[in-house]
Amino acid sequence: MGRIVNTRTLPLLATVVVFVLIYAVCAVQYPAMLGLRVMGNLLTDNAFLGILAVGMTVVVVAGGIDLSVGAVMGLTTVALARLIEGAGLPPALAFALVLALGGLFGAGVGAAVHYLKAPAFIVTLTAMFLARGCALLISTDSIPIHNAAYDILAGAALALPGGGRLTLVAGIMLLTFLAGGILLHGTRFGAQVFALGGNGHFAQLMGINTGRTTILVHAFCSLMAALAGIVFSLYTRSGYALTGTGVELDAIAAVVIGGTLLTGGVGGVAGSFIGVLIQGLILTWITFDGTLSSWWTKIAIGALLFLFIAVQRLILVASARYGRSGAGPAAPNTPNQATSAPASRPSSGAAAPSAS
Amino acid sequence: MNAVIQRLKAARPQLALLVLALLVNVFVAPGFLDLRLQDGRLFGGLIDILNRGAPVMLLAVGMAPVIATRGIDLSVGVIMAISGAVAAAGVNAGLAWPAAILAALGTGLACGLWNGLLVAVFRLQPIVATLILMVAGRGIAQLITEGRILTFTEPHLIAVAGATLAALPLPVVLALAAAGLTGLLVRATALGLFVEAVGTNPRSSRLAGVHTGLVLGAVYVWSGLMAALAGLIATADIKGADANNAGLWLELDAILAVVIGGTSLYGGRFSIGRSVLGALVLQAMRTAILRAGLPPELNLVLMALVVAAVLTQQSPAFRPMATRLMARLKNKEARA
Amino acid sequence: MAVTPPPVVLAARGLTRQYPGVRALDGVDLTLRAGEIHALLGENGAGKSTLINLLTGAQPRDGGTITVDGVDIDPDGPGGAVRAGIAAVYQEITLLPNLSVAQNLYLGREPTRWGLVHRSRMNREGAALLRRFGLTIDASRPLSDFSTAVQQLIAIARAVDLSAKVLILDEPTASLDTAEVQTLFTLLRSLRDQGLAIVFVTHFLDQVYALTDRITVLRNGRLVGERRTADLPRLDLVAMMLGKTPTAESHLSRRPATATPAGAPLVRAEGLGRRRLVGAFDAELHAGAVLGAAGLLGSGRTETALLLFGVETADQGQLLVDGKAVTLRSPRDAIRLGFGFCPEDRKLDGIVAGLSIRENIVLALQAKRGWWRRLSTAQQHELADRYIKLLDIRTPDAEKPIQLLSGGNQQKALLARWLATEPRLLILDEPTRGIDVGAHAEIVRLLEDLRDRGMALYVISSEIEEVAAYSDRVLVMRDRAPAGLLEGESITPAAIVNAIAADHHTKGAA
Repeated sequence: MGRIVNTRTLPLLATVVVFVLIYAVCAVQYPAMLGLRVMGNLLTDNAFLGILAVGMTVVVVAGGIDLSVGAVMGLTTVALARLIEGAGLPPALAFALVLALGGLFGAGVGAAVHYLKAPAFIVTLTAMFLARGCALLISTDSIPIHNAAYDILAGAALALPGGGRLTLVAGIMLLTFLAGGILLHGTRFGAQVFALGGNGHFAQLMGINTGRTTILVHAFCSLMAALAGIVFSLYTRSGYALTGTGVELDAIAAVVIGGTLLTGGVGGVAGSFIGVLIQGLILTWITFDGTLSSWWTKIAIGALLFLFIAVQRLILVASARYGRSGAGPAAPNTPNQATSAPASRPSSGAAAPSAS
Repeated sequence: MNAVIQRLKAARPQLALLVLALLVNVFVAPGFLDLRLQDGRLFGGLIDILNRGAPVMLLAVGMAPVIATRGIDLSVGVIMAISGAVAAAGVNAGLAWPAAILAALGTGLACGLWNGLLVAVFRLQPIVATLILMVAGRGIAQLITEGRILTFTEPHLIAVAGATLAALPLPVVLALAAAGLTGLLVRATALGLFVEAVGTNPRSSRLAGVHTGLVLGAVYVWSGLMAALAGLIATADIKGADANNAGLWLELDAILAVVIGGTSLYGGRFSIGRSVLGALVLQAMRTAILRAGLPPELNLVLMALVVAAVLTQQSPAFRPMATRLMARLKNKEARA
Repeated sequence: MAVTPPPVVLAARGLTRQYPGVRALDGVDLTLRAGEIHALLGENGAGKSTLINLLTGAQPRDGGTITVDGVDIDPDGPGGAVRAGIAAVYQEITLLPNLSVAQNLYLGREPTRWGLVHRSRMNREGAALLRRFGLTIDASRPLSDFSTAVQQLIAIARAVDLSAKVLILDEPTASLDTAEVQTLFTLLRSLRDQGLAIVFVTHFLDQVYALTDRITVLRNGRLVGERRTADLPRLDLVAMMLGKTPTAESHLSRRPATATPAGAPLVRAEGLGRRRLVGAFDAELHAGAVLGAAGLLGSGRTETALLLFGVETADQGQLLVDGKAVTLRSPRDAIRLGFGFCPEDRKLDGIVAGLSIRENIVLALQAKRGWWRRLSTAQQHELADRYIKLLDIRTPDAEKPIQLLSGGNQQKALLARWLATEPRLLILDEPTRGIDVGAHAEIVRLLEDLRDRGMALYVISSEIEEVAAYSDRVLVMRDRAPAGLLEGESITPAAIVNAIAADHHTKGAA
């Protein structure tokens, strides 16, 4: 009997509450952080992370995970630097090229996940090695990009009241979130992504081509990683193979803190946006504080991650106890599901007691 | 004797890979196989591979039972960093070296216990449960080292990586001993059977009276302990605790070593010995690339290719496909 | 009354499906006419699910034909069956609880505008569709907001909207309460009157009589017969399902324990039960005696075993072992008291596929001894070989993976697993399910032998003749509650069938 807890809104609500709390603490302690200038910088500094989070959200909603996004981003920056500096390609052409390659790379990853029936994390781990290795083979050094068009793009910004600037890269991130939101919540494809993450077996029974969806989901995620690479190279005006080492963890953290269930099927990009902002805020707050060191960011994000995973778990347990027992039926091939012995026996629990 | 032959037979693919990687080494660096005794310590290419591979061997030894229960431990690299930091901070704070080492190992146990609790009691997916420590762990390590590379001069702690025992570098002895002890622990007790049973069918195992929660918890605790030992070696090796880089991405090496060792990511049968061989294959590949003067980055690409091959070979979809392909080829031959 | 029978919508002829070692379906026919509700009945393992899977294309068939409206079809996957006009709704609702109701209804065929899903139109049309099925709800809300009954109706609405010729309902009422069942029946009757052919699978006999026009009974993968519901008395129906004519003499001679068990029982359940699982039941288990449990699928027979073995913990009544009250919180507690349990689903709950026969046999004993007191390899081999010989498990050696054994030999290996622990009480749920006839007799002989050697046995079985032959007492379950206890001379197959079929104002009776 539904409606005890709404699994869709509660995590997002918790995210918003956490964000408001942190923001309030910041505002009370350092009123300067309230200004649009700080906000503008926050968006610019985290633009690449936001774009990664959009792609990651789609993959996680589909019930998967992608550990290769940081490496793809690094590969993109190096490839861009080589194409523009080395081959002398105009930036626009280079952008198109790396985006296409990113999408293709992701499609390959998705195909491997689907056809090899291998866990997504191990396939994307392999992809991460591949991408990072290729990037390092192109160049192990940071390659600066000297290009007039690049300088213009990197410097382009909209003045905000209060001395703030909304840079082009921040704008791209905001647009990406918008596009990701429309894709996930407004298209047939988006519904299929949710269906796949809800229960891949059922989705297939309902006529969804799960293979196609898996491939497209990973292609989109890698495409976003390539876009994040472009944005990052605009931000630093250079290409470096080790760019984005470990950012996949930040992106996953943003997605989870944003209320998307790691088990798939529930979530959205709006929450991930707030998740990115929360991470940015914590970092900014620690910077403002000055006495605390940056590693507290990682610990704080880890703690938040634990908090949100625990909340999600509690919701799941509660809805399984009070809702219908089939709330989260296991598809035949969900290997990593913790199996609670015969509690889910088909013949038990589900049936109501006899009326007589 | 029979059992030994049986085991060697089972390890044929891993041995073949290892021999192949070693042959490449011989090819690019003649004299690779030479061993010489100097000051009571063996030197040579093979010893070098064993020594460099010791940390990943240790991680693989801890990871194999975890994967056999259908789990994964993403936090081992981070546990290395934390335990190394604890040891370094310990001796710098004036702790006696045995106490510092015990503290480091205890830290690894505690981290493993945390993972085990999340998986066995709170029933989180292993990848999610260990991700938490993976994210927060480097921050904790940096908290201990206060963001610096914490160097130390305590000779005993340095000896963990530098000393010689029975003509071998101590890390090699430690890794082999840990592998032996783990092998003994899982095969001389019933733990191995329980791990494989729980990994294959947790429901049946519980109905047969196996304490599934305890088994699940224990494998993560053990993995944490092995990671702590690996962390000690890594820290002793550079005479300092580097919270940022110690054990970075080594969890992936460990997983790959176990996968190359033939353990399915879907749980079930596992072998400590073959996982150790898997770790050595990775190290031999790395050494070969270095010796050949190729960019070390090529190693990442090669590793990816090896894993892709292993995954394809393991995948349930591949076998029938391969069988069909073979049948078709045979048909063609028959017609020709 | 009908002079010309309504046209045949679906005709399946000679459907066959072979699993390794088992013929799950063996030349079964099924005929569905427009505007009829057709009950498909049979015990577990009768082949109902396999038949449904062949009709919906979820599994390929090894033989036979299916025609819809006279056209041969070969459904290749769920899509093909839906296009041919066959849709199925299962007890476990195979919709997606994380999507909205309307999204579930129109997944993959959402109305669009400018390339985007036209959400408001989809919600509007979804609500309108559901109103035709008697549901007035907000289709934009997530499916998980609604009760199982409503989700069931939504699933039916989706199925009918997708393809409106044949609707297969697999145990649709298992999780519904009385009022919800009535709502469902009203809907099904109106769909029937619109000319739909409906296959209705259930284990509630009252519902069969309340709703259906025609009955097909399967047993052990074969067709037992097709009858008009009105012409088939309840007793005959149960007999068809259980493979026993109530009047005929049993070919198995009754040979219960030599002496009626006397003295204090080993295990005694007093009003044991658990809310939403099984109503309070009493049971006494004596050393050297067999307590049989009979009842149809879903009668609560398996659930009694779950409570006795600590798989589920009772929340009422008490359990006495050797006269002392005990609480079983896990199977380990039960095993410590000397209990053993061979579950009904051998593949899911019994064997550990991938491990060897030897390892499967020693698992329970090893678990009982604890991890540090390992049975040596020699001891394991000795144990495995002894039981392979004793129970005549047919395998070249003990190191073969257990999943390669036939069903009967797997069952014997599971028996061996428990015998190795030298249990005082052995609980067996359907020990002869899915086993060929020869192995049946062997298993029964084994059970009788164990009983004669002083073990207490609790045997749940739908093989009525066998239960009657070896039981000293028979507990009859119905509708998740005890429905009677037969003792001594009163145990006959006919008496058991009577007790199971006894009329009873259950839910769903119209």
